[in-house]
Amino acid sequence: MSTAAPQEARLADGERETVLGAARAYVDKVRAGDVGSLPVILGMAVIVAVFTAKVGVFFSAINFNNLVVQMVPVALIAIGVVFVLLIGEIDLSIGYLAGVCGVCVAWFAQPGTHHQVPGLVAIFLAIGLGALIGLVQGSFVALLGVPSFVVTLAGLLAMEGVIIRWVGSQAAISIQDKYVNGTANYFLSPGASWVVAAVVTVGFGVTTIGGLLARRRAGLPVGNPTLAGLRVAGVAVAAFAVVAISNRDRGLSFAGLLLVAMLVLGTFVARRTTFGRHVYAVGGNAEAARRAGINVPFIRICVFMISGAAAGLGGVLLAARLNGVDLTIGGGSTLLDAIAAAVIGGTSLFGGRGRVVAALLGALVIRTIANGLGLLGSSSATEYMITGVILLAAVTLDTLSRRRLERSGR
Amino acid sequence: MSDAIPTLELRNVSKRFGAVQALDGVDFAVHAGEVMALVGDNGAGKSTLIKSVAGIHPFDSGEVRFDGEEVHIHGPKDAARLGIEVVYQDLALCDNLDVVQNMFLGRESHDAFRRLRELDMEQRANATLASLSVTTIRSTRQTVATLSGGQRQSVAVARAVMWNSRVVILDEPTAALGVAQTRQVLELVKRLGAQGLAVVLISHNLHDVFEVADRITVLRLGRDVGVYDRRATTQQEIVAAITAGVPTKVAGIPGTGE
Repeated sequence: MSTAAPQEARLADGERETVLGAARAYVDKVRAGDVGSLPVILGMAVIVAVFTAKVGVFFSAINFNNLVVQMVPVALIAIGVVFVLLIGEIDLSIGYLAGVCGVCVAWFAQPGTHHQVPGLVAIFLAIGLGALIGLVQGSFVALLGVPSFVVTLAGLLAMEGVIIRWVGSQAAISIQDKYVNGTANYFLSPGASWVVAAVVTVGFGVTTIGGLLARRRAGLPVGNPTLAGLRVAGVAVAAFAVVAISNRDRGLSFAGLLLVAMLVLGTFVARRTTFGRHVYAVGGNAEAARRAGINVPFIRICVFMISGAAAGLGGVLLAARLNGVDLTIGGGSTLLDAIAAAVIGGTSLFGGRGRVVAALLGALVIRTIANGLGLLGSSSATEYMITGVILLAAVTLDTLSRRRLERSGR
Repeated sequence: MSDAIPTLELRNVSKRFGAVQALDGVDFAVHAGEVMALVGDNGAGKSTLIKSVAGIHPFDSGEVRFDGEEVHIHGPKDAARLGIEVVYQDLALCDNLDVVQNMFLGRESHDAFRRLRELDMEQRANATLASLSVTTIRSTRQTVATLSGGQRQSVAVARAVMWNSRVVILDEPTAALGVAQTRQVLELVKRLGAQGLAVVLISHNLHDVFEVADRITVLRLGRDVGVYDRRATTQQEIVAAITAGVPTKVAGIPGTGE
């Protein structure tokens, strides 16, 4: 009676050993409404190839480092967006929220004033302020049931006002603190950069292979070891290539390192903790989550706090990149870039599907296009139009895979 | 079987919602190892009965006994602590999560840092599915969105029996299923009984009921019309009990035939 089950498991195991099996598993995933990151990685390869062919300087070390520093604030904010989208909500306040936190860090780091605090403290105050604003917005959404679209739209308006009031008559606050500015402008020495590449590779390799070995010890299907090996090799090549390119310029940027650390932290929270599991559950079926005993309002509020804190950290880097803040901080395309990054990276707008690394992939696409077109001498008009088309393509893909699901009656 | 102490027994329970007497002095009992069907027309009180047992809303009066001891169920947690699990009609699964994740939803196995113990959960999920002879699920790491209706029902049932449950209540488990999948689920229901669980099956489909149930309780307009042994009754008799009511088991009280 129970002999049939292990047989089934072995069968499934064997199927995934082959490349064909892996391809079929991917098709299954797309059918289940999870587009994943394959389209965006392929798209990225095309974009890089086109720009490298068109502009010689595009594939240079100095431009690579510039691109990383331009991309990191958007990617950091987008990490928060991924969490918010995972529970099926939206946060429109993140652009100006990042702006407010940027002003906050500049204000607290202002030398010679009674409110000056050490730079590192100022950074944490800014992140804390972001989380606090997220707490307030999340409470309106989770406890009172006000649609997040409206709550955060109100937040967007209010936060823009706060920036204007806070920056005040000076119209700008410059930052001199070296820790604050260093978040965007510090570069690691070549030696330290190699160490980072090695640590990332070993860390990823140990986690991946350790996971496989643990599954085998536990007698569970191991999946495809070749694929896992390829993934480890891919990360190793990427890490060392990034460092090799960076070292030909100023070295690895601290901002890039910070982004990697936040991606690892975010992924850990989302995939390996009960909290993360409950975030996915709330986004997938809030009623089922509630009946399973999950405190749904608590999860929602925490997610808005994560979004606020991520925007806060992004705001610190926005301010640090320019060594100061003015009235435009967090405005312009900050909000839409961050949301577009999360969606282009493969996070579903319908909740419950997506990964934290989408923030990096999407931000890379958007900022690479902006960077490349800038080098080509194109106007921002072209940049906006192309980004718009890509965003539409990403959302359409998401919607189609979702509609398929509904048509099949599940 | 009927002379043993029932796992779950309701004595003379009533429930009123405003002007509506949803349950009126109902007796009900289910023993370990038996499948008890609960049938009745719409509004007969089936849903009210199971929701009260599950702790969603308590009975107004009457006695609930578990293993012969009187118990008080004030909330879903009380019911879960006794080992009473309900599989609701809409299943309450998260489409975006895989089979293991759904089976442990809200009761994840984790360490002191709230890190998930994935391997432990996967092993226990596999073992539970194997013990129920659920062989149609290719991998417990596929998302529920990829499963058929019957497979989803199996996952919901497996989730219910996983937690040392004693009583499993299934609300219309075959209502949305095709022929082959209905068969799968009915086989599963039989196995639950064979494993010594007390199973309550709520169904509109008498064909299904006659296939798996050991005994049948008929509710009509909030009263229990009677308890029938499946082998000693016919579908016609049950239909008559559901629609017209028949003399109840208490002698002297006329049927509700108006």
